[in-house]
Amino acid sequence: MRYFGRGHGACPGCGLAIAVRNVLNALEGKCFVANSTGCLEIISSQYGKNAWGVPYIHSLFDNTAAVASGISEALKALRREDEGKVVVLAGDGATADIGLTLHGMFDRNHDVIYICLDNEAYQNTGHQQSGLTPLGEATTTTPAGKLQLGKMGRKKDMVAIALAHGSPYVATSSAVLPADIRRKVKKAASIEGAKYIQIHCPCVTGWGIEGKDVVKVGNLAIETALYPIVEFENGKLITARKIRDRKPVEEYLKLQRRFRHLFVDPRGREIIAEIQKIADHNAEKYGLDLKKD
Amino acid sequence: MPTEVVWMMKVVRGFYSVAHAVKLCRPNVICAYPITPQTEIVENIAEMYANGEFENCRYITAESEFAAASILVGASAAGARTFTATCSQGLILMSEVLFNAAGMRLPIVLVNTNRALSAPLSIWNDLQDSMALRDAGIIQLYVENNQEAHDAIPQAYKIAENRKVLLPFMVCMDGFKLTHAYEPVDLLDQSLVDNFLPPYKPEAYLTTKKPLAFGCYAPPHVYMEFRVAMQNAMERAKSVMRDVFREWAEVSGRNWGGHLEVVHPDAKFFVVSMGSIVGLLRKVVEELRKEGIDVGLIKLRTFRPFPAEDLRKELSSAEKIIVLDRSISLGYEGNLSIELKSALYGFSAEIISMVIGLGGRDIPKEFLKDLIKNAILGKEGSGFKGVKEFEEVIP
Repeated sequence: MRYFGRGHGACPGCGLAIAVRNVLNALEGKCFVANSTGCLEIISSQYGKNAWGVPYIHSLFDNTAAVASGISEALKALRREDEGKVVVLAGDGATADIGLTLHGMFDRNHDVIYICLDNEAYQNTGHQQSGLTPLGEATTTTPAGKLQLGKMGRKKDMVAIALAHGSPYVATSSAVLPADIRRKVKKAASIEGAKYIQIHCPCVTGWGIEGKDVVKVGNLAIETALYPIVEFENGKLITARKIRDRKPVEEYLKLQRRFRHLFVDPRGREIIAEIQKIADHNAEKYGLDLKKD
Repeated sequence: MPTEVVWMMKVVRGFYSVAHAVKLCRPNVICAYPITPQTEIVENIAEMYANGEFENCRYITAESEFAAASILVGASAAGARTFTATCSQGLILMSEVLFNAAGMRLPIVLVNTNRALSAPLSIWNDLQDSMALRDAGIIQLYVENNQEAHDAIPQAYKIAENRKVLLPFMVCMDGFKLTHAYEPVDLLDQSLVDNFLPPYKPEAYLTTKKPLAFGCYAPPHVYMEFRVAMQNAMERAKSVMRDVFREWAEVSGRNWGGHLEVVHPDAKFFVVSMGSIVGLLRKVVEELRKEGIDVGLIKLRTFRPFPAEDLRKELSSAEKIIVLDRSISLGYEGNLSIELKSALYGFSAEIISMVIGLGGRDIPKEFLKDLIKNAILGKEGSGFKGVKEFEEVIP
């Protein structure tokens, strides 16, 4: 709690807070945080109520990767690299939609650990669709209506985008896997260059779940293969979290208000089938299913 | 003026006069995106960097002006001395970041090579781009020639980094008219700049040794105080700038004046303008005086903070003032004219506002001379000047 915590305003059960605490603990507070506008910024950086025990900067919504790149380069120029690692903590909207400077950071391979805290929509402003909102989710800007049932379109594949840039280390994790977060952040810190870690962060209010169900829902995202937990080094898949007895996606979807319409509207079956296809594709692509003997 | 100052004049382009001065200021992070007519500044810097002429410095070629400014926000917050250059669309693309940098009180120095804004696309010169940043909390200094641009760089760092100020500083130089022009310039000496400009040692910066948070959000009960603090910094900048201008005159032997330079202070009529056009106006004014017209000239150097008191003092007995703008606040009038009228509220002098030279439209000497003469004689009023007859096509 030394590095993040004192008086932060996250909802009880918020995945972000768990993820951030583990990121900072893994780095033992030896880091510079660049944070985009969004949930994390709002819960931690009100003037006079700063919750950060590490050097922290919030500039804008859309430029966090560039700000972090600038810190990293300044530390090199000033020969202060030993002070700590530069870490971006950005939401899914700031990463996949408006945060165009991410590509320059990857391209020039600045020494930054970019962490996307993925709660799958603009949750801070009341649950609007982002590029990382999955198919079928009802948000306030992609509501379930007569014409369409929530978001039509897939979750953007940021992992593939990071890999296409030649990032030396790309991984996914989840707020429900604190040890996995810590291991991956430590690993990323040991590698020079622009690293990308995307952490699935259940959102109590946006997803329509109870705080006590955060771990259950977060685990189901992994156990259905909707959120593959993978790790790439120099473009090569080095670990993928295996699934024993993969669960059907309904088990994950039915617990959350954001997917409830899929079980009410008769057309929902088709979308659930599409979502199942995505899970099946993930399982095959990364070899997630443990082989049964 | 000290006699021991020896000037070593070299004929260089405006680009080089900037690049060389930037190098002497020992920046730690330089980041830019090329745009006409700024390009050769960053090319010259890149060449110096490639040849190892910068120490403790990183030069980054960003993917956009937006990214360039953002990279400098991070670098400046981490305690680095920073530089960028841009103009026109690039400055507008940076604008979200520049407002933010000013609010975070980061003394980033940038050069804007003034260029028109699109649409229609124009790479040529006017002052519309920097005028759009008027309210950003950035100091704006306009230069007349390449020596003044060269000298402005170390002064910009010294002013911006002063604890009483801590605001971004934009040196505005006319695109093409200055950037591409070959002029004799006394290229400064490293030891002169080192003695004048101490290393940047901010009190507050990002460090794990003493963690601080930059860019917190401010609810209504504190936001306004942050803005008042910025306004106070702008006010303090006025006197800090005067001191630095004076010190510069002593160490370099070149006195560029204060926020204004006044030629023929006792004149009855005045022309007010800024930027490279002042060079031409000096000639025009002398010619008109030879014809018996008692006209003087005010070169406005500092546009933000706006030196309203200085203008009121210098123009207290003027009968007629002709403002030459090279930008317009569409829906009203020339930008400098708006500011000047506000500063001179209550004065009886007639103010004629002329907008000329937009998008690089040529401003020949005789044209300028006739405009001023006729305005003084009451035969020319406010408005656009030098516009052809044309049929407006309404789509």
